[in-house]
Amino acid sequence: MTVAEAPVVPALPVRISGVGRRFPTPDGGDRVVLRDIDLGIRAGEIVALLGASGCGKSTLLRLISGLDRADAGELAIGDSPVAVVDQRCAVAFQEPRLLPWRTIARNVELGLPRGTDKAAGRARVAELLRLVQLDHAANLRPRQISGGMAQRASLARALARNPRVLLLDEPFGALDALTRLTMQDLLLDIHAAEPTTIVLVTHDVDEALQLADRIVLLGSDDTAPGATIRRVLEVGKKRPRDRGDAQLAILRAELLSLLGVESHHPEDYITKAIKAQRAKRAGA
Amino acid sequence: MSATKTTEAAAPAEGAAGPAHQQASVYGYSAAGPGLADRRRPRRERRWWPIVGGALIPLGVLGLWWAATEFTDIPSYRLPSPADVVNAAGELASSGQLWRDIAISSQRVLQGFAFGSLIGIVIGSLIGLSRTASILLSPTIGALRAVPSLAWVPLLVLYVGIFEPSKVILITIGAAFPVLTTLSIALRHVDPHLVELGRAYGLGRLSLLTTVQLPAVIPALVSGLRLALAQSWLFLVAAELLASSMGLGFLLMDSGNNGRVDRIFLAIIVLAVLGKTTDALIGVLERWLLKRWG
Ligand SMILES: Nc1ncnc2c1ncn2[C@@H]1O[C@H](COP(=O)(O)OP(=O)(O)OP(=O)(O)O)[C@@H](O)[C@H]1O
Ligand SMILES: [Mg+2]
Repeated sequence: MTVAEAPVVPALPVRISGVGRRFPTPDGGDRVVLRDIDLGIRAGEIVALLGASGCGKSTLLRLISGLDRADAGELAIGDSPVAVVDQRCAVAFQEPRLLPWRTIARNVELGLPRGTDKAAGRARVAELLRLVQLDHAANLRPRQISGGMAQRASLARALARNPRVLLLDEPFGALDALTRLTMQDLLLDIHAAEPTTIVLVTHDVDEALQLADRIVLLGSDDTAPGATIRRVLEVGKKRPRDRGDAQLAILRAELLSLLGVESHHPEDYITKAIKAQRAKRAGA
Repeated sequence: MSATKTTEAAAPAEGAAGPAHQQASVYGYSAAGPGLADRRRPRRERRWWPIVGGALIPLGVLGLWWAATEFTDIPSYRLPSPADVVNAAGELASSGQLWRDIAISSQRVLQGFAFGSLIGIVIGSLIGLSRTASILLSPTIGALRAVPSLAWVPLLVLYVGIFEPSKVILITIGAAFPVLTTLSIALRHVDPHLVELGRAYGLGRLSLLTTVQLPAVIPALVSGLRLALAQSWLFLVAAELLASSMGLGFLLMDSGNNGRVDRIFLAIIVLAVLGKTTDALIGVLERWLLKRWG
């Protein structure tokens, strides 16, 4: 499954150094949301951002795209600093943000790079709609489609941009389990065809394990207010990955424990599971 | 595609008075929209119903009017019969005065409305889109708006004279404010998420305006234009009542002075018909705008 008609543009690396962002509070003070973020993202890499709700994942994406400015530190894409609304990025926002008066096809068209030839643009939009399984909905309005369909339309619009850096904010959050897996595979197919740099926010640990080269865990470490990078995990497995892979299961347990999910269970529940898996692999 | 069809079918049923409903059915802001439409469906499928339904009340009033003149002894110099009014119309039409009055009044309204809404759109966009413009202009405009517009009449007559320009200027003033106000408020409330989306996808100021902001405010713009048009007719009659020698307002005043109640009735009916007709034109404009951006 290749994506036709898309001129191949080289992916670019992203460099984030010492970045912080604070927001004014209603009482006149300041609230630190992000601090001391240091992260180098290789060209063509897929990085998943994981972290509790409200820890600043969307904020970090907005900083990378130049929709928001950092208070501290520097961000660069390739050799040049991130511009105000950097056109080398394409964002699929956490909300679908479709223009209600346009059809789905015309909404996706908004993503086409400026100066795209009319016929080529139409073909590209049709192709993308087919890829996200929305070809039957091309002429519907946003209010006539479901939340998950709207999210896929938003993804198609971002892909239409053919960006050097693709920023996806919980792109599959509203999808049913099956469509979600299909869309994950689709994203990987597209990435294989055009290896753009992807930063993906997700709440789904399995999704991160399935898609990402590295998983970046954001959170506060109690030394200072605001979230920073708590851990970077290298997944280090070739894609496509076996969803039942034992090594991934170990990473999964580690991530869940870092996210504090395991606290419902006795500590040794996870450890036991990991040990059992290790033993099984050793025996096999 | 199907959305457009639904709207077109719904438009006559809801008539010219339903911009809010059309907005709901096109953009789907209202959760109640589809439900309401479903409940109305049986009625909407009869195509003659919107026309006949809308004519019921006017016809009823006409009947009552006729009955009142036929079966009571109210003298015709107080309440003319429908036939009297038709006669008055024939009389004025054959002398050419009726056509002249209609033509001159419509011309004044259309000119004033065109200038006024253009000014309203330009200033309203400025104020709605630019904080600086809003800071600079809003207080002055608010103060000007607070002046009851008829207060301008003596000044206009003094400066511009009693001829055409003073009337058109007065109507322009009357038409500008509704457009300006509704448009600037609506622009300020365009979903910031959509505006940010436009910026993220590389739209500059102008293309952001035409791609996101103006389409988002079409319903508000159209209701502003509707108000402006009504306001234009209001100011037309006011201007013509005060100083003129032609036009429907003059016809009203002249007939009042001569005790021609039949002609007063005629002028009022003509104003109602003209007002409704021009309002229907705005409905056409609205449908065109929605199609253009739909
Ligand atoms: N423009 C803003 N003004 C003030 N506070 C803001 C602004 N944008 C974000 N914040 C604050 O920054 C924090 C992080 O927000 P952000 O949207 O980045 O969270 P998130 O990690 O994406 O959460 P979620 O997973 O729920 O989407 C929140 O507490 C939010 O209140
Ligand atoms: Mg978020």
